[in-house]
Amino acid sequence: MISQIIELSTTRHNPHVDPSMAMWEWQIPVYLFLGGMVAGMMIISGYFLFSGRHKESNCACFSIPFTSVVLLSAGMFALFLDLSHKLYVWRLYTTFQLKSPMSWGAWILILVYPALIANILIRPSQWMIKLIPNLSTISQKISKHHILIRNIGILNMLFGMMLGAYTGVLLSTMVSRPLWNSALLWVLFLVSGLSAAAAYVHLVAKNKAESELLAKADNGFLVIELFTFVMLFLGLLNSSKTHIDAVYLLIDGPFAPTFWVFVIMLGIVIPLIIQLLAVSHKIKHTPIAPIMVIMGGLILRFIIVSAGQYSHWFNAHLK
Amino acid sequence: MPRYGMVIDTHKCVGCNDCVVACKTENNIPEGYNRDWIVTESHGKYPAVHLEIRTERCNHCSNTPCVSCCPTGASHIHDFGGVVLVDHEMCIGCKACVESCPYDARFIHPDGYADKCTFCIHRVEQGMKPACVEVCPTYCMHFGDLDDPNSEVSQLLNSRKWHVNLPDAGTEPNIFYLT
Repeated sequence: MISQIIELSTTRHNPHVDPSMAMWEWQIPVYLFLGGMVAGMMIISGYFLFSGRHKESNCACFSIPFTSVVLLSAGMFALFLDLSHKLYVWRLYTTFQLKSPMSWGAWILILVYPALIANILIRPSQWMIKLIPNLSTISQKISKHHILIRNIGILNMLFGMMLGAYTGVLLSTMVSRPLWNSALLWVLFLVSGLSAAAAYVHLVAKNKAESELLAKADNGFLVIELFTFVMLFLGLLNSSKTHIDAVYLLIDGPFAPTFWVFVIMLGIVIPLIIQLLAVSHKIKHTPIAPIMVIMGGLILRFIIVSAGQYSHWFNAHLK
Repeated sequence: MPRYGMVIDTHKCVGCNDCVVACKTENNIPEGYNRDWIVTESHGKYPAVHLEIRTERCNHCSNTPCVSCCPTGASHIHDFGGVVLVDHEMCIGCKACVESCPYDARFIHPDGYADKCTFCIHRVEQGMKPACVEVCPTYCMHFGDLDDPNSEVSQLLNSRKWHVNLPDAGTEPNIFYLT
């Protein structure tokens, strides 16, 4: 029996475009991960300020804003490295393009820094006060106004949510890459960012009650992340043939081994089991589970960016 | 105001690459990069096998994801003829437009900016045809105003069967292939 012939050949061989799109390399997933994690850290820190937990002397909300600034700056540096016309980067801030998620992102980043700095100023570290003695006076003034602290908390939660959501919207608006065409992608990235942030705070928190609280919260985030994956896959599986082919790249295609082993099992399921046992006091808390969650979040961004670029309308067109 | 488009007769295209060479020469395209290219598509079941040879490039779509996603406004629709262009001095090389094109028609020029077919707007504004259309030895390529019912392209589209590439992507391409 002679089978149906479907072949397409092209003389085009543009670098990083053919044979499959690989324009965005390591810089973008690293940025998306760090941006998402910082978003989660801002929401957690903002919630602590809002709920009055900052009254406890060793509250993590005083240490994580500075870490957030460092991580976000590292992420933005990765983003800068990705630009191929670097000297023109300032052009981002000479305009606002309403329909461009990247333009929204550029301006959100401008809003995020003052919110983080305001959080740092509530109680700056000793080394900061040694460096700039005036910080102590500013901190004392802010501490007298509880409403102001609450508002800084609200601002951090709000901008954190915007930052976390935008990293997903950036990809999901691209009609050309079927795997990204889901309105749930921003939910996945936001929850994954919250989960990585909760894991980080669980890892570094000096306050035991806080560490325990974050471990419990992380379990919740991991369950929501699994649920979001199911919903995202269901949505794509019930869409066009192009989208079904795209999601099969993760289910049983070339990206499946990495996805199932590193993102689902080692990044979500196993740390979730470990942390469930830890919060029910059957085993001790160890850094293993939080580290697995953080690594899983990073690999998730790499998988989604790589598989998304690989997914294509032409591939489906030929099938 | 015209709305420029291209009509390509796949019954006449022999895939000679003259259009590719003309584009590279006219627009000084670096070695290893292409603004236009030849695609050969075969499908069917022997003996009813169908072969289509066509020359492809940016489709200068009416619904432009590459323009929408651009954070600086470098990717834009030109006032003259609705041609999709990139302002090299405004492009930061973020590659969002390259990613957003379902036809993969864009690339990053070695000088750092996003690059693609311009319909040779510098020639068209002087009343000439795009270089690829000018050199085609089989006269399979036609360029003109899609909004003018008397233009050659409009009349071909009214009288012949045609298709566009990836219509399901919803970009409303302005390059049409006669079949």
